[in-house]
Amino acid sequence: MSEVQAPTTVEDERVIQRSRLRESLIRPELGGIVGTVIVFTLFALFAFDSGMFNSQGIMNWSQVSAQFMIIAVGACMLMIAGEFDLSVGSMIGFSGMMIAIFSVTLGWPVWLAIIVTFALAVSIGALNGIIVVRTGLPSFIVTLAFLFILRGFTIFFPQTIERKTIIGGIKDAAEGDWLAPVFGGKILTGLFQWMGEAGIIAVFERGTRQGMPVVEGVPMLIVWALVLVFFGHVVLTKTRFGNWIFAAGGDAQAARYAGVPVNRVKILMFMFTAFCATVFATCQVMEFGSAGADRGLLKEFEAIIAVVIGGALLTGGYGSVIGAALGALIFGVVQQGLFFAGVESSLFRVFLGVILLFAVILNTYVRRMITGER
Amino acid sequence: MTTEHAPIVQMKNIEKHFGSVIALAGVSVEVFPGECHCLLGDNGAGKSTFIKTMSGVHKPTNGEIHFEGKPMSFDRPREAMTAGIATVYQDLAMIPLMSVSRNFFMGNEPLRKFGPLRFFDHDHANEVTMAEMRKMGINLRGPDQAVGTLSGGERQTVAIARAVYFGAKVLILDEPTSALGVRQTANVLATIDKVRKQGIAVVFITHNVRHAMAVGDRFTVLNRGKTLGTAQRGQITPEELQDLMAGGQEMVALEGSLGGTV
Repeated sequence: MSEVQAPTTVEDERVIQRSRLRESLIRPELGGIVGTVIVFTLFALFAFDSGMFNSQGIMNWSQVSAQFMIIAVGACMLMIAGEFDLSVGSMIGFSGMMIAIFSVTLGWPVWLAIIVTFALAVSIGALNGIIVVRTGLPSFIVTLAFLFILRGFTIFFPQTIERKTIIGGIKDAAEGDWLAPVFGGKILTGLFQWMGEAGIIAVFERGTRQGMPVVEGVPMLIVWALVLVFFGHVVLTKTRFGNWIFAAGGDAQAARYAGVPVNRVKILMFMFTAFCATVFATCQVMEFGSAGADRGLLKEFEAIIAVVIGGALLTGGYGSVIGAALGALIFGVVQQGLFFAGVESSLFRVFLGVILLFAVILNTYVRRMITGER
Repeated sequence: MTTEHAPIVQMKNIEKHFGSVIALAGVSVEVFPGECHCLLGDNGAGKSTFIKTMSGVHKPTNGEIHFEGKPMSFDRPREAMTAGIATVYQDLAMIPLMSVSRNFFMGNEPLRKFGPLRFFDHDHANEVTMAEMRKMGINLRGPDQAVGTLSGGERQTVAIARAVYFGAKVLILDEPTSALGVRQTANVLATIDKVRKQGIAVVFITHNVRHAMAVGDRFTVLNRGKTLGTAQRGQITPEELQDLMAGGQEMVALEGSLGGTV
């Protein structure tokens, strides 16, 4: 082909202009947005009078959704970086148990217990990442191993030390601690007190807490969820590191050739996932005042499902933290909403399977639109 | 093409052994600024191994690499890239799920300061991407269009434009046309021509003699890990090149029976 022609600069006649509406629909969050609207509409129609939308009800499903959100943010960013972490649930149990052992059994101050636990959990996350990166094994297998290893230790330690699998008394230990309220406290209590007095939200009618609002304030769990979602979204879409996360998951080899430190990105994402799991565990331990060896069971799958509902691809390189947060919201609202609506709770699992299937089908379609695959 | 000016890259007697396998047994190539140096060879001739020693992926077992007159030894691709040697791989150039502008700036993201924080400067990235793509003759729907929607030739062009924009002095293209259709190939070859005219040295790896003849200034043929010789444009016919590559007579016989269209 010697007739090398200069490429023309006229508009390509084969590029069909797409409508703005279509353009705005084609985004990873589409599934999450549609799902959220459907779920809220359904429950508003069928369960509005059940107490689901009064202050207590809202706080109830917000808290459950916030739990899902915290682990979904970590799972989402890790999945976009091209890896899985199946040890999230075990990490929740393990971290909670470590805090309990350090603070109650060993009698350390709670702030020290929390900090050491975070350091420990993040190191295990790093170990997960290093093994995956160095051996080139699928993260599915490596973290599956850690699912069992961590769960085993979570049962073994309290069994050996205390001869039981639940360690309580953390509330007393945390009394007056400076770090514990960051996970177990509540904010805006003044506002809620005022709303109670103004008659906007319900107050206790009798008893020792008469006149106090039923909902005292916003738990730190929800604050953590919102902060992590905001942080994750900004990092992913607005920073250089975010671009590296997409690149690492999209095609690790191509990213390496372009000078992206893929291994470092992946290891850091494993560490972040472990961090999120430990935030979840610490909030839970502070709320319950105890740590149990069975905490966090199946949470890894719930996190992954929330992420997939939120539009991320299981194969990596594509997704959105906002989408994952919406996935978590759908999750929380439906789980609690079915309870409010008086539906048999086992049907929640049926719903989960169905919505997962729909989400994956919708996401595949959206991805085809974006990449122009046929 | 005058060759009086100094070569930008000089590879002298490069040898590369993988265990007991000798992949390269003394390859010497000189690349000059502003020329397109075609590296030809059949599969297994050592083309890929050779360019990987040039781009810092492999360290040569023996031999010297001179870059801009100074001896150089790259430990990793990043160092070669910083020095100005950019490589565009055939199918590993771009990430399909990411937008063109995110791909364009992958690994070289522009930053905007916001207090102590640094953010990806998307506005700047989008502007530059659109401008560079227009220069290369690609009309994007928008900078956020995914690379997956581009054709193979357009992806190669984006990758070449990216390397040039980030200051490549030597551009290594690993079989950029081997998976492309006729029109796309023509576009990529036109891009190579543009890049060469900017004074950048292009190393064009191919096993298609016609593609090489279209843009090449000099041709080096590799066979079984050795240089079979370098020829200037006009000193060699496509048939001679083809024979050198195949290293033999059987090719001549085959070509005869096929009517010379290989």
